[in-house]
Amino acid sequence: MYDVTIIGAGVVGGMLARELSKYRLSVCLLERGNDVACGASKANSGIVHGGYDPVPGTLKAKLNTVGVEKLFNTAEELHVPYRRNGSLVCAFSEAENETVQKLYNRGQENNIPNLKVLSGEEVRKIEPNLSESVTSALLVENAGIICPYELTIAAVGNAMDNGATLKTDFEVVGIEKNENGFVITSVDGETVESRFAVNCAGCYSDKIAQMIGDNSFEIIPRAGEYLLLDKNEGKRVSYTIFQVPTADGKGILVSPTVDGNLLTGPTALAVETPENNETTLDGLDTVRKLALKSVPSVDFRQVITGFSGVRSSEKNGDFIIEESKAAKGFVNVAAIDSPGLTCSAAIAEYVTELLESIGLDLTLNPDFDGRRENPHLFHTMTTEEKNEYIKAHPQYGRIICRCEGVSEGEIRDAIRRNPPAHDIDGVKRRTRSGMGRCQGGFCAPYVMKLLSEENNVPFETVTKSGKNAEMVVGRIEP
Amino acid sequence: MTEHDIVVIGGGPAGMAAAVAAFDNGVTDVVILDRDEHLGGILNQCIHNGFGLHKLGRELTGPEYAAVYAEKVAERGIRVYDKTMVTAVSKDRIVTAQNKDGMLEIKAKAVILAMGCRERPRGALSIPGARPAGVYSAGTAQKLVNCMGYAVGKKVVILGSGDIGLIMARRMSLQGAKVEAVCEIMPYSGGLTRNIVQCLEDFGIPLYLSTTVAEIHGKKRVEGVTIAQVDENRRVIESTKRYIPCDTLLLSCGLIPENELTSSAGIAMSGITSGALVDEYRQTETAGIFACGNVLQVHDLVDYVSDEAELAGIGAARFVKGTLGTFETIETKPENGVRYVLPQRVSLGRNEDVSLFLRVVKPFGKVRFTVKSGDTVLANAVRLKAAPGEMEKLTVRAEKMQNITEPITVCLEEVQ
Repeated sequence: MYDVTIIGAGVVGGMLARELSKYRLSVCLLERGNDVACGASKANSGIVHGGYDPVPGTLKAKLNTVGVEKLFNTAEELHVPYRRNGSLVCAFSEAENETVQKLYNRGQENNIPNLKVLSGEEVRKIEPNLSESVTSALLVENAGIICPYELTIAAVGNAMDNGATLKTDFEVVGIEKNENGFVITSVDGETVESRFAVNCAGCYSDKIAQMIGDNSFEIIPRAGEYLLLDKNEGKRVSYTIFQVPTADGKGILVSPTVDGNLLTGPTALAVETPENNETTLDGLDTVRKLALKSVPSVDFRQVITGFSGVRSSEKNGDFIIEESKAAKGFVNVAAIDSPGLTCSAAIAEYVTELLESIGLDLTLNPDFDGRRENPHLFHTMTTEEKNEYIKAHPQYGRIICRCEGVSEGEIRDAIRRNPPAHDIDGVKRRTRSGMGRCQGGFCAPYVMKLLSEENNVPFETVTKSGKNAEMVVGRIEP
Repeated sequence: MTEHDIVVIGGGPAGMAAAVAAFDNGVTDVVILDRDEHLGGILNQCIHNGFGLHKLGRELTGPEYAAVYAEKVAERGIRVYDKTMVTAVSKDRIVTAQNKDGMLEIKAKAVILAMGCRERPRGALSIPGARPAGVYSAGTAQKLVNCMGYAVGKKVVILGSGDIGLIMARRMSLQGAKVEAVCEIMPYSGGLTRNIVQCLEDFGIPLYLSTTVAEIHGKKRVEGVTIAQVDENRRVIESTKRYIPCDTLLLSCGLIPENELTSSAGIAMSGITSGALVDEYRQTETAGIFACGNVLQVHDLVDYVSDEAELAGIGAARFVKGTLGTFETIETKPENGVRYVLPQRVSLGRNEDVSLFLRVVKPFGKVRFTVKSGDTVLANAVRLKAAPGEMEKLTVRAEKMQNITEPITVCLEEVQ
């Protein structure tokens, strides 16, 4: 019997697991995918939003305002790379200038520090590659960028290091309420018992709520397509460049990433199911066209990959974070679309307080250690330090991924440490091996070999991303 | 920091031939840094034959061709640092690398860049659709099949008719897979004619020109692809879309010289070849740094890689000995029908023949190439046909190189 079971190991579930592991609680994290950060948390803009956008008085506004610093502090503890690069919300017409002014006013209402409205000329001085057509822009200095899946992996890993349990490939198909709490059943018939249950299931959160008879909300999956460019385009802009928002979302952005690439996107297309994460010809065309509207010099010949992420929206537009009216002890944390990543640390605290208010006993865990070893430590070293490090850890000397400079040692670590990588995509998200300009062309066979060795499984069973995603179909008979 | 006369980065065919040529031209302190376990680079996974006809006068497999040069390296006692990754090169010729023994910093008198190239990945092609397992660049599949002994799929579609794609169509067929189609977005193939005949026609594999993969299907593993014809702007023609069930998509859509070290060193590059700008000894615009092989320009035949590497090796050796000389140079320029000419500049005053390598912009029938400086014709040559997939070589005789003052241009005209 766990004290708290969290359904969904995305950034919200992961950050909540870590927050709860600060207390003397047994925590279980269930994930339907084969890895953490498999849904929206692996494919979004990676933006820490300044907080000017949410409607004042909403939960989004409240959590965004306090969430930015909380997120950066957590990232610091977990050694997750982030950068406070600031953002610019650009207007292209008189009418849009007014929207910029409105966003400024809204930001003031939301208590966002250091907002400034700049003229087209002023904004091009600080961001020279911006289009000549930009007429004004809102400068948001506290905004930043972070890698969403690295944050999730680090949060879950740290929660596990502090005693939390992670069960992947656990697709919840039934939840039964009894006098002690909940019995949660997987598609394979495995059960988990828990006093409290928290629904962080992202795009599936309405389906999970329905399992306890809660039909109070419906998730609208909305796909966003992106194009990621090579690092040689990574300095095209230094701020995150937005266009003024429309009814469909925050529009197409152009942003550097913490890893040094350039990210453009997303589109916003309502899709039938959360599995609809295919890219489309029209979608990718839209990304190109609108990104060039903000920054005409982006060189799209430098694209290294395209992807699509599905966000969980809801018709009322605000986060849903409350105890379900259908079952005591069951908390919905749903409709966490933008600025969900920004708010994730704040949401984790908010949910923890909510759980306390409905009867969860919070006693601090004196053994909690909130720090996590930096998986990219080697890359921060000087040549002399690297030399010493390799002498002590020779596997760090052997580069496997030439594009991103990832060593055998880093890959083996990623397969061993919490949460362990099971497949090529898992290694990629943890180490960046295969994330570079050749997209795994050279390193994939070597990564497969390391996965096979470390997990002591036959080479042909190594997959790209879990069950049924085998890389090879068998040995060639001599 | 250690010191060596010549550091060669890359132990593929270019690196080996350059190192051997440098040694044979009087500089014995040559080292090769290579990231793999064995010398030979990509040749080691090219187990088909067809290598060496021009250079060695016999037909070898890739590993055999590599072995010829690896033996030359060994005979000369040229030191090889294997499993060693170069992470930086500076303009003052300090090479930084790492391997399991630690970090390596070498101060070199000359550096030869021979890092080869990589394949254009799926992402760079922006093919819409899902992102399942089973989408490989052709060379990755080749590595898995030929070096590691695993079958990558049973029903295959190949996008791109570059040579590796053609070779892999045959390889997959021999290994028991069914190759359903090879699609080429251009109206002509980028591969060698001999490969189209021996790898597709002999196996009854259809080649669809002006056709691309419009969408990839499959959640976990590829389940099929939608192929479609394209218009003259390479946009998909909706009405021609057709679904082909398959479990594997191989991509052979171009090679990209691997020049990250070159550009981060600040060495001047060509936007057309994506390699460094060089002179007739393959010296870049940074003195003492040479480049050769596929890192300089993507070649069709390894034989020509070896030729080019020998020039770089000789150049580097002479540079170290102080006998290379510095001359005034003159530019070379592609004109009508010619996409690029390499080297991009040529020294004046050497009493030596100069070979110019070039590719044409599209397929032609019978053509005459003319090399000129101003109105003076320096060389010309007739070819029965010319195609972008086949590199051309034109030689200007030493006596013609006297008294040139204007840039050297190369153009073609179609002839009857």
